[in-house]
Amino acid sequence: MANYKDYMLFEKLPHTWCAGCGHGIILQAIADAFAMQGLDKHDIALVSGIGCFGRVDDYLDINCMHVTHGRALPAATGIALANPELHVLVTMGDGDGATIGGNHLIHCARRNINLTAVIANNYNYGQTGGQYSGTTPAGSITATSPYGHVEPGFDICKLAEAAGAPFVARTTPYNPMQIRNLIKRGMQTRGFALIEVMDTCPTHYGRLNKFGDAGPMLEKLNNMTVPVEKASSMSGEELEGRIVTGVLTDRPREDYYTRYKRIIDRLSTEKGSVPSA
Amino acid sequence: MRGEKRFIEGNIAIVEGAIAAGARFYAGYPISPSSEIAEYSARLLPRVGGLYIQMEDEISSMAALLGASVAGKKAYTATSGPGVSLMQENLGLGIMSEIPAVIIDVQRSGPSTGAATKPAQGDLMQARWGAHGDHSIIALSPASVQECFDLTVCAFNLAEKYRTPVYLLADETIGHLRETVTIRELEPDEIVSRKQPAEDVGPEDFRPYRYDGIMPEAMPPFGSDRYLSRTTGSTHDEKGEFRPVPENIHRVTHYLTDKIEKNAEDICMTKGWYLDDAETAFITWGCATRSALGAMEQLRARGEKVGMLQLQTVWPMPEKEIRSVLSSVKTVVVPELNLGQAAGEIRKFNDYGCKVVQANRVDGILISPEQIIRVWKEAEQHGEL
Repeated sequence: MANYKDYMLFEKLPHTWCAGCGHGIILQAIADAFAMQGLDKHDIALVSGIGCFGRVDDYLDINCMHVTHGRALPAATGIALANPELHVLVTMGDGDGATIGGNHLIHCARRNINLTAVIANNYNYGQTGGQYSGTTPAGSITATSPYGHVEPGFDICKLAEAAGAPFVARTTPYNPMQIRNLIKRGMQTRGFALIEVMDTCPTHYGRLNKFGDAGPMLEKLNNMTVPVEKASSMSGEELEGRIVTGVLTDRPREDYYTRYKRIIDRLSTEKGSVPSA
Repeated sequence: MRGEKRFIEGNIAIVEGAIAAGARFYAGYPISPSSEIAEYSARLLPRVGGLYIQMEDEISSMAALLGASVAGKKAYTATSGPGVSLMQENLGLGIMSEIPAVIIDVQRSGPSTGAATKPAQGDLMQARWGAHGDHSIIALSPASVQECFDLTVCAFNLAEKYRTPVYLLADETIGHLRETVTIRELEPDEIVSRKQPAEDVGPEDFRPYRYDGIMPEAMPPFGSDRYLSRTTGSTHDEKGEFRPVPENIHRVTHYLTDKIEKNAEDICMTKGWYLDDAETAFITWGCATRSALGAMEQLRARGEKVGMLQLQTVWPMPEKEIRSVLSSVKTVVVPELNLGQAAGEIRKFNDYGCKVVQANRVDGILISPEQIIRVWKEAEQHGEL
């Protein structure tokens, strides 16, 4: 029976994240999800971008590709197509996943590339000092919205769902078991899976928006959540300001590689020849 | 060896060269005048078990190439100047992470949209410096359809050997020029395969990077059943682990430049004509080579001692060959479809008092042999320039 420790680089600890940050909880949940599936670490490829959560690969003993800001999904697309046997996991923050990389997110979901994207959404750019991102809620105070944010934030799950993602789920670090289970289910989905973890940044977002310290912030975040089963019988008004958690979309759809492979196979049996230009 | 004569355009010969070299992955975004490379790759790649994917932009195209390459495929893309501008971000990632890939830039007039379908050679400096931070780059440039095939093969080989992205700097003229070429299957020894760790190097001892020389370490693919791999655009140590400390930053930056500049003799390819007795030489690259050949033939027919040096490798600049010409002739003419990007580099090597003059054109029309002859004649009549 595999243990999460089998996938960790303990000599790299303590990690770089602030006290009270939820990223460490997600890190362990990722390693746990590998262990639950008993994966050979040689068969896992993790692609990470830039930002606090982009550092997650530093602590994992698997194949890792640490790329540029926002480009983790297209790099992972290349890996997933070049070696369809690999389990490809992509770790991003809200900057990487839904702001600078927002275009890649919707196209990756539309194409249905076989990979699992884990987005830690803490509503701000923690690594560069807490500036607003594409998911920062209107009215929030951040380093670059000192008088209150005038833009609304994206709902990452709705965005992925609308773009065609076959598996979309949401949770929080208050519930590590759910993170682990959802990542596992995402990885077992053949196609694009997205797990959004509503995360805590007590250092920047929490402090400026009066969420209190790490404990109270996590508690408040949890109090805002509503399981999807319960949410289905609630009105729009009742759901205002609430975070719906659980499996939001589960509708299997043939992935890009499977469809493309069928073309390769068809051509290999066709007589004749190379087309001339 | 099976060879096939075909009458095709340069862009098609490039795809044939890529497939012959073993490329099995293409990610790109269509752009004139390179689109035939995307279209023909989409037709050909699945027939050889490869994959074509059209990405949402050139940023993601370059990222996907690097991803496919770390997973073990030889990967390429084709674009033009505006696309290269977008690829620069992940080109830098490829340089820092030492990931092989081939970028075909079929140059067009610029800046910006410019005259989108007109030929130009304005990307020489973009190719050299288009990524932030100190680095070096390899770029080859074809002047015929046959060279489109041959130099594409070389580009893949150099990318694998030096573990780095390599440019093929074609241009609209050569990309759309039709000539009879030989397309052939390559012998195994003509293809460079990615270096793998030696049998006796176990996973505990293997290091994916080395900085104590000028050659890169072996690169097992993601999915190897023996080795785990780690690549990063952050300054890293031999294990590929994040280590941004001064002494490490220093050695990594020097190494990334040295592995190309100090291997220049191996990387640089040139072609010469009549250089033994030449008093004037044309130093050329890409499509301007064809104009200069016409000028040289006309002048030779009149008994003028004119020779030529074509730079097939443009980065690193073939310094040894350029110096040899500068030190042996009186006048050098550099024809280019830009305002003198190669000429400036050639002047840097001119410690010999040679007269270096330019024949430039940036109106989307090719340089004529007559323009080159006119520039040469003016240089002969006037004093130092």
